[in-house]
Amino acid sequence: MDKLRLRFEKTGRAVWISHLDLMHTMQRAFSRAGYELRYSEGFNPHPQISIALPLSVGVSSRCELMDFRLRGDAVLSELPARLTAVMPEGIRVTDCYEQENKLALLKYLEIEGVFEYDDRDAAAMAEELAHFFARPEIVIERKTKRGRGQSDIRPAIRDLRFEAGEGAVRLHAVISAQEPTLNPALLPDALRQLRAELAPDFAKFMRLENYLENMEVFR
Amino acid sequence: MDKRLERILPRVQKPARYTGGEYNQILKDPEKVDLRVAFCFPDTYEIGMSNLGMSILYHTMNSLDCVWCERVFAPWGDMYEEMKRAGLPLYALESGDSLDRFDALAFSIGYEMAYTTVLDMIAQAGLPLRSAERTALLPLVFAGGSACVNAEPMADFLDLFVIGEGEEMNNELLALLRTAKAEGWSKRDFLRRAAQIGGVYVPSLYEISYKPDGTVAAITAKDGAPARVTKRIVVDLDSAPYPVSPIVPSTEVVHDRVNLELFRGCVRGCRFCQAGYIYRPIRAKKPETLVRQGIEALKNTGHEDVTLLSLSTSDYRPLPGLCDGLLDYCESRSIGLSLPSLRADNFSMEIMEKLQKVRRSGLTFAVEGGSQRLRDAINKNVTEEDLLHTCAIAFAGGWNTVKLYYMLGLPTETDEDIVGIADMAGRILHCWRENARNKNRGVKITVSTSCFIPKPHSPFQWEAQISREEYLRRVNLLRASINSRNVVYNWHDADTSVVEAVLSRGDRRLGDVLEEVWKNGGRLEAWTDYFRFDRWMDAMDRHGLSVSFYAERERDTDEVLPWDMIDVGVRKDHLKRERESCYTSTLSPDCRHRCSACGALRLMEGGKCDG
Repeated sequence: MDKLRLRFEKTGRAVWISHLDLMHTMQRAFSRAGYELRYSEGFNPHPQISIALPLSVGVSSRCELMDFRLRGDAVLSELPARLTAVMPEGIRVTDCYEQENKLALLKYLEIEGVFEYDDRDAAAMAEELAHFFARPEIVIERKTKRGRGQSDIRPAIRDLRFEAGEGAVRLHAVISAQEPTLNPALLPDALRQLRAELAPDFAKFMRLENYLENMEVFR
Repeated sequence: MDKRLERILPRVQKPARYTGGEYNQILKDPEKVDLRVAFCFPDTYEIGMSNLGMSILYHTMNSLDCVWCERVFAPWGDMYEEMKRAGLPLYALESGDSLDRFDALAFSIGYEMAYTTVLDMIAQAGLPLRSAERTALLPLVFAGGSACVNAEPMADFLDLFVIGEGEEMNNELLALLRTAKAEGWSKRDFLRRAAQIGGVYVPSLYEISYKPDGTVAAITAKDGAPARVTKRIVVDLDSAPYPVSPIVPSTEVVHDRVNLELFRGCVRGCRFCQAGYIYRPIRAKKPETLVRQGIEALKNTGHEDVTLLSLSTSDYRPLPGLCDGLLDYCESRSIGLSLPSLRADNFSMEIMEKLQKVRRSGLTFAVEGGSQRLRDAINKNVTEEDLLHTCAIAFAGGWNTVKLYYMLGLPTETDEDIVGIADMAGRILHCWRENARNKNRGVKITVSTSCFIPKPHSPFQWEAQISREEYLRRVNLLRASINSRNVVYNWHDADTSVVEAVLSRGDRRLGDVLEEVWKNGGRLEAWTDYFRFDRWMDAMDRHGLSVSFYAERERDTDEVLPWDMIDVGVRKDHLKRERESCYTSTLSPDCRHRCSACGALRLMEGGKCDG
């Protein structure tokens, strides 16, 4: 079966599994669950799987997508439970279906994050943060493939809200997933560069949902 | 997850090795077990998770409902520094709990260079280093593994050692500890009782006295401890526990595969080889058992590779049938089957062709000695004719990389033997030219040498190691003798070998040296990244101990050896006989040809060696 798509969560201890290791983990999980992935032809065959928008190590997600092909047929509705049963802790397959949208059409990501402040007042910080990110442009230094460069991350932020919690500020955002890609780690980076006194002591993120250009859920 | 850990992980390399949570890990409710065991491996996750012994014993200990055994590995340098800075103590992977919550720390020590890492892990657990300073019964800190057949340098740090195979012994020990914990025994009472379990060596119950020249005068057992501790073995491997659902690492480890152990022991009796003596008697698994366990483990892990482990794979009698049985399952599923430790002498075309069906790796031969005379002296029963014959078949079959391993500094080695290594590589190259199917692809012959280390419980346990300078002279002689572009020469540095030689035949006085090296930052010393030769030499100087005494001194065969309280089965007079045969370059037949009555059979309790 071709053009299949898996939706899965990567949370808890599994967030520390790197993209490359995750591909390997998936391959083995399919084998444990009794599914045969289609392999490429050639001298060194490898399974034909591809994970959309590789997740940074340490970031969790409720909406990871993996495209794959199977040798032979399978009842798609059975895949999630059978795969989840043989996954490492923290990986849970929630859906499996035939691809509806091309990956290139994945435009926005909904994310949430936590900025931890050890000795600062979260309520005051939340206000300051909202103010900071309301700037018309946020130009930061970033490492690119061609060395260092400057870029404005503001256009990649579609929506960004902050809410004070205990010792931390929670953020909820819709950011551009592709062209341009915004790595959420750039949000605290921007603070460190432009307003260091607002930079959190620790930040972590979770992906919640994928969207098309028109903000319909990407499938 | 601990908040401190969560903040550290984004900053360290390969964080997945510090988190646990892998598929097939064993989780239990700590409230519902009587004993929590931290199974500590004094090296990195990648090394420890590749270790079959670790995997077997993790499962045997967890097979007890009253015990939860978890894994602990030594963090790499970056993680180690971060943990120190954050005040995060060493923790177990399954629960994430720090080691102060455990009733026992069980170390698996496979090589001497891990000793300082053991000390470091004890310290990272927040415990005093020395057994005598840990006065409470719990946590019990003990160790096993092949580097414990001479445990003396570590004797002051561990409460006890388990000598030999742990499948049965560990659980007997844990049962006793459970009783001791429930009934509130003192540590002293517990250790006395533990010493009565076969294979358990409690160093504090043995008094060592020394002669003025520094050699051991006498070893005296106290409090009813046996004069000699006899190694434990598992008699029937077919019924012995084997983990068919091993943990599947979520990140890359060194040997990422299903490991099948064909047999324990070795019929060959190479005189330099400690493993060939300490793992006797020979016990093989049935091929049916192996095929069944292999398929089950492949199904339960999803691994793409399976490897057959033993000291000498081609000595496994039913090898062709086993390969057929496994390939039946593996081939259609693109699962690779690899056979390390094949001998050059009976390597058959049949086996090679079978392997070729799936994946092809290079050929590796442990030739050890550069001349037939030297190979006879060390009882390495490989002839150049066999080797060339094997290579001819392999080259004709399309192989084009050959690795040859040798040791420099073996007893009776001459310069002629060393030049012989280069000559042999030359003849293999010639063999390739004559037999290769496709010469356009070229050939690569790699010669590697390491410095011979005399090991306890082997026939060479009385031998002197050559000095670093002499090793380098021999390396340079060999370098000068190799003059083909197709032959690459790699040599292992001698510094580690010197330290390893000191430790492997060391006595208890080296405990101070180990502690000093650890205090000066020594850990993970099996890694060249962290090994510092000077740190060892300085510590030895400070404690008035010398390399020449421990490593470079030929020992008298009447000398009391520091490890004489350990009985691995093979008798000392057999080792002496084998050593004498070395000096006359006399081969000893392999065990199948004629039993040499080495003594290991008495461990079999009525069973048959190699039966």
